[in-house]
Amino acid sequence: MAGMELLSDQGYRLDGRKATELRKVQARMGVFAQADGSAYLEQGNTKALAVVYGPHEMRGSRSRTLHDQAVINCQYSMATFSTAERKRRPHGDRKSTEMSLHLKQTFEAAVMTQLYPRSQIDIYVKILQSDGGNYSVCVNAATLAVIDAGIPMRDYVCACTVGFVDETPLADLCYAEEGGGVSSLALALLPRGGQIALLQMDARLHQDHLERLIEAAMTACKGVGKVLDEVVRQHLQEVSVLTSD
Amino acid sequence: MLKSKTFVKKTRSGRVMKIVREHYLRDDIWCGSEACDECKQESTVLQQEACIESNLCSYPHYLIPDTNVVLHQIDVLGDPVIRNVIILQTVLQEVRHRSAPVYKRLKDIMHEKEKHFYTFTNEHHRETFIEREPGESANDRNDRAIRVAARWYSQHLKTPKSSTDGLKVVLLTNDQGNKQKAEDSGLLVYKCEEYIKSLIANPDLMDRLALSSDDKNEITSSKVLFPEHLPLSRIQTGIKSGSFLQGTFRASRDNYLEATVFVQGEGEDSTEVLIQGLQDLNRAVHQDVVAVQLLPRNQWVAPSSVVLQDEGTAKDDDIEEEEEEKVLRISAHEAARKPTGKVVGIIKRNWRPFCGMLNVSQIKESTRHLFTPADRRIPRIRIETRQASTLAGQRIMVAIDGWPKDSRYPNGHFVRSLGSAGEKDTEEEVLLLEHDVPHQAFSQAVLSFLPKMPWAITPEDMVRREDLRHLTVCSVDPPGCTDIDDALHCRDLENGNLEVGVHIADVSHFIRPGNALDKEAASRGTTVYLCGKRIDMVPELLSSNLCSLRSNVERLTFSCIWEMNHKAEILKTRFTKSVINSKASLTYAEAQMRIDDATKNDSITKSLRGLNKLAKILKRQRIEKGALTLSSMEVRFHMDSETHDPIDLQTKELMETNSMVEEFMLLANISVAQKIYDEFAECALLRKHPPPPPSNYDILLKAAKSKDVEIHTDSAKALADSLDVARVDGFPYFNTLLRILATRCMMQAVYFCSGMDSDFHHYGLASPIYTHFTSPIRRYADIIVHRLLAAAIGADSTYPDLMDKHKQSALCINLNYRHKMAQYAQRASVSFHTQLFFKNRGIVNEEGFVLFVRKNAIIVLIPKFGLEGTVFFDTKDKTAPNLVFDEEGPTLNVEQHTFHIFDKVKVTISLDDSNIQHQKIRMALIDPVIPGVSVPAPDIEPQAKKPKLD
Ligand SMILES: [Zn+2]
Repeated sequence: MAGMELLSDQGYRLDGRKATELRKVQARMGVFAQADGSAYLEQGNTKALAVVYGPHEMRGSRSRTLHDQAVINCQYSMATFSTAERKRRPHGDRKSTEMSLHLKQTFEAAVMTQLYPRSQIDIYVKILQSDGGNYSVCVNAATLAVIDAGIPMRDYVCACTVGFVDETPLADLCYAEEGGGVSSLALALLPRGGQIALLQMDARLHQDHLERLIEAAMTACKGVGKVLDEVVRQHLQEVSVLTSD
Repeated sequence: MLKSKTFVKKTRSGRVMKIVREHYLRDDIWCGSEACDECKQESTVLQQEACIESNLCSYPHYLIPDTNVVLHQIDVLGDPVIRNVIILQTVLQEVRHRSAPVYKRLKDIMHEKEKHFYTFTNEHHRETFIEREPGESANDRNDRAIRVAARWYSQHLKTPKSSTDGLKVVLLTNDQGNKQKAEDSGLLVYKCEEYIKSLIANPDLMDRLALSSDDKNEITSSKVLFPEHLPLSRIQTGIKSGSFLQGTFRASRDNYLEATVFVQGEGEDSTEVLIQGLQDLNRAVHQDVVAVQLLPRNQWVAPSSVVLQDEGTAKDDDIEEEEEEKVLRISAHEAARKPTGKVVGIIKRNWRPFCGMLNVSQIKESTRHLFTPADRRIPRIRIETRQASTLAGQRIMVAIDGWPKDSRYPNGHFVRSLGSAGEKDTEEEVLLLEHDVPHQAFSQAVLSFLPKMPWAITPEDMVRREDLRHLTVCSVDPPGCTDIDDALHCRDLENGNLEVGVHIADVSHFIRPGNALDKEAASRGTTVYLCGKRIDMVPELLSSNLCSLRSNVERLTFSCIWEMNHKAEILKTRFTKSVINSKASLTYAEAQMRIDDATKNDSITKSLRGLNKLAKILKRQRIEKGALTLSSMEVRFHMDSETHDPIDLQTKELMETNSMVEEFMLLANISVAQKIYDEFAECALLRKHPPPPPSNYDILLKAAKSKDVEIHTDSAKALADSLDVARVDGFPYFNTLLRILATRCMMQAVYFCSGMDSDFHHYGLASPIYTHFTSPIRRYADIIVHRLLAAAIGADSTYPDLMDKHKQSALCINLNYRHKMAQYAQRASVSFHTQLFFKNRGIVNEEGFVLFVRKNAIIVLIPKFGLEGTVFFDTKDKTAPNLVFDEEGPTLNVEQHTFHIFDKVKVTISLDDSNIQHQKIRMALIDPVIPGVSVPAPDIEPQAKKPKLD
């Protein structure tokens, strides 16, 4: 039988969103007291927890120390219970290593590492529940955690996954859409300057379509950026109310 | 607003998985009604004055059909009378899931503006979404969702403005329970039948209603005739455990009590299971996918050679049948027995609407009649109609609705009439339908993707396109051709070489991947040519206008340009999108005349001469490499210009210019095939022609040997060479006959995807690689090849499906099927016109040759008409003559006379129209005279001497 119809003639997606609409984003900052910074973020049914330690002195091998900037260390993992099929996920499997590397690259582009020479910043992200766009959700959660830790960044880093169906770009793919044979692309953006921190794509897509897709991704990222900004402001207000008491 | 949807899904490995999906509810989904001013919609679909005249509903109203109504009554919904219908998303999804053909039709209907069908996305509407309750089945939930949406509509439309109009919604359902619940909640609800009956001035529509399950009980006695079908879950378990087999049910054409089930095994190895008797056939219909259980070995039987047609009046008691079944079971040698089984369940029905005729019931007042399909493999169908007397003698279409276990025949409903039987238009329609040739008018959705007229080449079109308008390009085609897809040019280059260009209509410029126009063309696969009629693959605006390379207009093309020396060796090949302005559209004869006329020396003629010269060299080279030139009789009818009846019939003759055009088309196809394969090794769409297995040649070898001629079949080259020298003195026609036989030994050429196959060889053309590039107006394969080539030279973009070898492979299967069916339809059309011709001619005497010898007949070819017919020696009404068949010869002794292949005979030809659905040409032997077998030569009828009208 026919597979799923990802975009109906009426312009609705499987879950009822229109092509450019994002999933609902909810987030909280400062969820752990021990860490220097932490945040919990839900983007639809994908839920992630990010924790930041640092900047602190280099640990482990000193050879990695950089004299003019801080080293960013990222670790990505998925909870055993995060997907529909329960699976043991050993640390350091190929997928998480790759994801960790991508996160590291993303934050190296955003964090003002030159302010902390010879030190290290650790970012730990865990996917608690996975429903598509894992990378993007991790980036968004980690951004909030880094802000919570008070580490200066050039701008928010906002990420979003977009796909291409029936000549239409779809923003913020869910798991069913990612699996439905869509060429998808993940993009992390510094929204104010419009700089791209990372762009990742595994699927085949014709060059002529790329520009439209990137444009759609940037619009989506800016949308995410607005939400993150609101969360941060909200958090600041709460904290300032608390401290003024 | 956010809802999360949780459901449980079984994975392929059998584990149970819980799937959680988000489900957003919105408040910006509008009702689509013109009468509403609450919704902020930009455009509306449903009319304010929604008037269908009905006895039940005297007020304007919108219809909301439930899923089953859509699935079963799509014929009624498609009627122009039915307008202003709300299709709920719930219904649309269920239909999509349950029947692809109905879904497609529904979508077509929804695209028609004048039908005013609106899709309401109720599953995402904040007020109409409902959650499944504990213990509620998925079906019940969907029924409830439909009721909730209907309720919402009826309340929504009660706004102050519209209440004055009294606009209402009417729910249509055939489900008693659902109807009751809807009534209880105060909805207007009718059964589909009730509602359709109430429509004023539409008595015909009644007949198109499918019978619902409630009515079935009335039709037959409560006696159970067939064993129950097993539920799907048990079938699956059975197939897994090996106790059942899954296969395609193929009914026998000659015996309605017999069928085989074709079970596809691993790789090449597949088996056939024989099924005999009504009980074991158990309501399976030709082409259904069924589950069968093998009978114990001692109950196995042999296929019977008896011809049994299900004829006469309706058989509701099975006494007669038992008699007939006994006939089947008598003679079965131990050795001849085949694996025999019985149908235990249906996995997938493959019902389509069938063409046929009504056997009007003997009882005058009866509204129930049996319908006999034209295809003998389909059982008779019982339908209900009040217009039996009108429909008698007409070809009609009937769809099966169901086959309950207590009914001898499947129940169906009248779909439409095709016209009087025997009439040309009707029969043409029948043969299109029976060969599954899509031939409806193009839907609105498809037409919406056509370029807007007046069309002109814009500067954007010229990007990445070469301007070749200055070249002397011309086209050469058969007379009356309006879909010209190729044009040629040839000119001298300064370096002494020649430049030859083949310019093909740039159809892929107009048909963009994935839109409705593209999908329709992909589904049609090919243009079908019948005698005097053409069923286009793409709408006429493209086929006969914008893509047709007519003279003196600017047309977009895709060109393949070679630089050649005078020995026709290719020095350079390049491909480019281009624009041309053809200087002349010639027929083969006109082109031939220009070439032959030494006084003509204009640029067109020079170009033609250059082409002709090169083509001759190319052809010689090709034949030297071992390409086959085979012969098949192509027949052309001379039609009467007014009645369009055939008045004369002649075999098509070929001119030098035919083969000139053909040579360059072949060359272009080969060049393009190589290019796209080099660029896209995994997903090039190619065409191959497998060599026939040696046993195929048996008949050719035997036939040749009977005339002491030796034929070598080791390779295409050997075959071609030995055919060339095969001559018999005093028998000039011998070589042609041999070539006709050789053609019959060949395999079908097929499209395939290069990534899915390793053998690319084209046997007939002796080319290591081949594809179709030159006729994109009439073949979809060429459109794909154009897209691949365009991507290869950077003139256009690729898209995912083009690069997906599995998707392309699936497309090839459809294209091969459509081409085969088109060929059959074409043959059927020729044979129908031959019949018409002989009907008008009366009985004719002709000379012919024996082409094949069979056990009880000879097959005779009449070269004059390209007609093949069978002379039977064991007719039913006469005592059979003494027949001795020798397979080695092969020869057939009839009394004292022995028939060999290639014998010259004289026969009479007449039309046998005793069975109006299956008219056929009958041949009887005149010479040689065999007492008791041959017939006396009839007087030549004066009719035949009438002056010809063409
Ligand atoms: Zn409204």
